[in-house]
Amino acid sequence: MITLNDVSKSYGDFQVLSHCTTSVSKGEVVVVCGPSGSGKSTLIKTVNGLEPIDSGEILIDGTSVSSAKTNLPMLRARVGMVFQHFELFPHLSIIDNLVLAQRKVLKRPRPAAEKKGMVLLERVGLIDHARKFPGQLSGGQQQRVAIARALAMDPIAMLFDEPTSALDPEMINEVLDVMVELAREGMTMMVVTHEMGFARKVANRVIFMDRGEIIEDAAKDDFFGKPRSERAQQFLSKILVH
Amino acid sequence: MNYNWNWWIFFEPSLDGTNTYLTTLFWGLGWTIATALCAFAIALVLGSVVGVGRTAPSPWMQRSATTFVEIFRNIPLLVQMFLWYFVLPEILPRDAGMWMKQLPNAQFYTAVICLGCYHAARVAEVVRAGLESLSKGQKMAGQALGLTLPQTYAYVLLPMAYRIVVPAITSEFLSCTKNTSVALAIGLMELTGAARAMQENSFQIFEAFTAATTLYLALNLVIVFAMRAVEGLAVVPGYGNRRNAVKGR
Repeated sequence: MITLNDVSKSYGDFQVLSHCTTSVSKGEVVVVCGPSGSGKSTLIKTVNGLEPIDSGEILIDGTSVSSAKTNLPMLRARVGMVFQHFELFPHLSIIDNLVLAQRKVLKRPRPAAEKKGMVLLERVGLIDHARKFPGQLSGGQQQRVAIARALAMDPIAMLFDEPTSALDPEMINEVLDVMVELAREGMTMMVVTHEMGFARKVANRVIFMDRGEIIEDAAKDDFFGKPRSERAQQFLSKILVH
Repeated sequence: MNYNWNWWIFFEPSLDGTNTYLTTLFWGLGWTIATALCAFAIALVLGSVVGVGRTAPSPWMQRSATTFVEIFRNIPLLVQMFLWYFVLPEILPRDAGMWMKQLPNAQFYTAVICLGCYHAARVAEVVRAGLESLSKGQKMAGQALGLTLPQTYAYVLLPMAYRIVVPAITSEFLSCTKNTSVALAIGLMELTGAARAMQENSFQIFEAFTAATTLYLALNLVIVFAMRAVEGLAVVPGYGNRRNAVKGR
């Protein structure tokens, strides 16, 4: 479904991604973790071309992300993305946030787009807030709307970039619950997160990154059981203590 | 000071013989309003295009937009007015130059284009500031949903940027209205021109400019109140200052 082949990227002299190779199969949930500044957010943003790459290749369902021939907007529409800071459009009501891209990209008529939006809002438990604006919702609620907004495009895969990092602790679970449900339904997911509880619960594989490199790419049990690299061991010992 | 006040002067016939001074002042006000509205319409549209160009990823768009802004905001308005009116027709091909010179109401069109470009450069900077005040994630979120870059600007970035910069746009609109008086220099009989003509013909300088001052003040107050209404419409619930704070979370 998603294949990264020898992907590298640098900002001037600073190498953000160095020869990253991995893949995510259909229905697989892959968690990407690592210390801050390790390049994991950049990596996930390269998957749908939000961050251009210097070398290597990224394929989504066989289509190259970096090829000039690819219709990048249409490709992005098929891959949902959820951001750390939600990034709902503040001037649009919640339902309009869900309707906008359905209408402009998928050309769905408004009634059909609204219907789809309402079904998804119901699913994330926010149907009563459809006519409110993002600024009137809590962080956790906004992130659930952001997930619904991505799902409204009927994506073949979902990318999550630290979806709970900007949330107050009591709001993290409401977002994770939606993600767990999604994973259990068979959605292909690539998730950058420090939520190791989530990784243990639903991940198939865990990728550990440090200084722009993929240090470890292992099945969940192997990663949590006995990580091979010393850096991954140190990382786990630090975050699992809490 | 030995000055003969005569407030009845407004009802005396002006030099054209048919209208009173009051009527000519109101004609002047009409030209001022028409010039300000047309020029600011150009400024808003062109300024938005240039402002978007300033933030666009394409280097040549950025350079073109920056060149436009730096040229039009760094040359004094009066000089620009002269360049458009006296110099441009001379450097254009002969036929085009003649056509410009013989255009009816050439002063009006020149003033509109000149003020339009001058204020477009300033509006462009306001729009750019509005766009840059949005988080980088907004653009990414639009694009991640499959919107093209122009769609992302049209439906995500600009609607929010405009809302943020309404107060600055109001100031620009007021400046544009006041700057119409510079068109007096190329012979447009707008409000200041009409007041000056009244003063030269009647020698009632205080009455003439009291009227002009009052009319400018009244006009700008109308703009202020109209823009305040626009500002009210632009409020996004739950976004920004405490006045719009969260209700019914």
